[in-house]
Amino acid sequence: MSATDLAVERLTLTAGAHRLVREVSLTARPGEVVGLVGPNGSGKSSLLRAVYRVLRPQSGQVLVDGADAWALPVRELARTTAAVVQEPGGDFDMTVREVVAMGRTPHKRLLDGDTADDARLIARSLEAVDAVGLAERPFTQLSGGERQRVLIARALTQQPSLLVMDEPTNHLDIRHQLEVLGLLRRLPATVLVALHDLNLAAYHCDRLYVLCGGEVTASGPPAEVLTAEMLAAVYGVAGEVAVHPRTGAPQVTYLPAQPGS
Amino acid sequence: MTPAAAARPREQAPPGRAGEGGRAPAVRTGRVRFPLVLAGLAVLLLLSLTAGLAIGSVHVPPGEVWGIVGRALGADWSAPTWSRAREHIVLDVRAPRVLLGAVTGAGLAVVGTALQALVRNPLAEPYLLGVSSGASLGAVAVIVFGFSLFGAVSLSVAAFAGALVTLLLVYTTARSGGRITPLRLVLSGVAFASVLTALLDLLLLTADRGNEARTVLAWTLGGLGGVQWGTLWLPAAALLLGTAVLLVQARPLNLLLAGEESATTMGLDVARFRARMFVLLSLVTGVLVAAAGPIGFVGLILPHTVRLFVGSDHRRVLPTAALAGAVFLVWADIAARTVAAPMEIPVGVLTALCGGPFFLWLMRRDARRRGDRGAA
Repeated sequence: MSATDLAVERLTLTAGAHRLVREVSLTARPGEVVGLVGPNGSGKSSLLRAVYRVLRPQSGQVLVDGADAWALPVRELARTTAAVVQEPGGDFDMTVREVVAMGRTPHKRLLDGDTADDARLIARSLEAVDAVGLAERPFTQLSGGERQRVLIARALTQQPSLLVMDEPTNHLDIRHQLEVLGLLRRLPATVLVALHDLNLAAYHCDRLYVLCGGEVTASGPPAEVLTAEMLAAVYGVAGEVAVHPRTGAPQVTYLPAQPGS
Repeated sequence: MTPAAAARPREQAPPGRAGEGGRAPAVRTGRVRFPLVLAGLAVLLLLSLTAGLAIGSVHVPPGEVWGIVGRALGADWSAPTWSRAREHIVLDVRAPRVLLGAVTGAGLAVVGTALQALVRNPLAEPYLLGVSSGASLGAVAVIVFGFSLFGAVSLSVAAFAGALVTLLLVYTTARSGGRITPLRLVLSGVAFASVLTALLDLLLLTADRGNEARTVLAWTLGGLGGVQWGTLWLPAAALLLGTAVLLVQARPLNLLLAGEESATTMGLDVARFRARMFVLLSLVTGVLVAAAGPIGFVGLILPHTVRLFVGSDHRRVLPTAALAGAVFLVWADIAARTVAAPMEIPVGVLTALCGGPFFLWLMRRDARRRGDRGAA
């Protein structure tokens, strides 16, 4: 399975009269991990929702390997594109294994059963997110972080060549944050991920797009994008950016607001 | 134990969860038990049907019931030792009624199961959402105004139309901004149900044919009496069609349990799927209501009870709920016939007596669960 080439072209998204995203273009080349950063309400989630085919664009296109994602049948898109979304699950009890097994659905015909290959894939996905021990637990009884890991395992089980993730590190403790992001780097897939933590984004992403007010205000490798000017302009915070001597990645240090400034 | 262990020495091997061998049994535990659950319920259903045929104002011993049914099915295993009258009671009076009970119970349980997944609400049920009332209004309009555009199936066609329109109205009213809260859905269902019931009453009061009004009134309370062999095929066909289609669609139904967005990302065109399933569920509900009247809560009690035993996977819930629903309604009808004999209680009254408290319990349980999750 090869990684997908993603291109978002002049995408505009609206909710009623409200404009969420304006004329945004971005690309993710095969195998790249592309980060989406920006303050709350900047349009990150909306952009991702247009890519995983939930929020229909007002104008513009989402091209997955050159094909218009919105013109493909939902099922066909789901065979290449998986997503970890911010959505409360249902009130129905399913075991973790059953939840993860759902990821196989787009690859199944109506009456296909579950095969030994499916079982192996499910086991491997659970292992990848350190959730083997949760397999037989009811999903509704998990903690927020455990759920998040299970949902990531479900997306992995889908064997995507494009993985879209909205704040995958939400609720995760620091060890699991690092493990999940480290995992993204090793996947044979293109990854588009919205992240809050700029330092994690700096270390784990090949390139970043900064969204502010529904528009892209900066893009490029983390070292070019993460600057004190950007922090002030986009987030309205004072900060310093230095290259960390050990990791070689840009490291953001936030400075307390100056009184009177 | 020992021979089995000796026959499969390899499976004992690595302790803990090393490798596939260690994990496979864990995957299968649910499945091994599942056929047993189905077989157990099938046997229970057979016994329940026998009881349904045996119990009543004239008691027919089970052995005799089997003899009569056996002969009717063409098995000549014994000479008839029973009277013609008894044969008539079992075959012509009780059998259609008992079978209609089984079919209706199975159908309502299956419809409830699917509806809960489709609207993502554990409290969804055809009766509570006003769908049964819509079907009733359609059917009663046919009786009172005497339409018979579609001949013998007019009643069912009108009930189907009433059910579908109501379901769409309730669903669209409850949905705003792409979200639908459990509370709003149930409230919207209750509101529509009251309006529809009021319309139904109005129809009955203004209809000047007194006898028909009484027939209709009895029917709206939900009753299995009065069914004949000639009319049984339609609900049976609706049940088989509905269950078959839903079983084929079990995976998409499962996806909806994960949420609408998640279901979309796993390849389900949610809006289209839901629209199709709404038509199917309205069809089944309409036909069942036309045959047996609106019988409430079966679609609530059975799916949830069944999930406690087999989990939420629709490949398991649907067939189990169908069998359990059949058993449940056969017994509810036996009770309806015998509790206040010689008077008959409408079976819908009995199911509501069980269902109301069950609804409250479910509501509180879900509230508690959400509370727990918020704290976690």
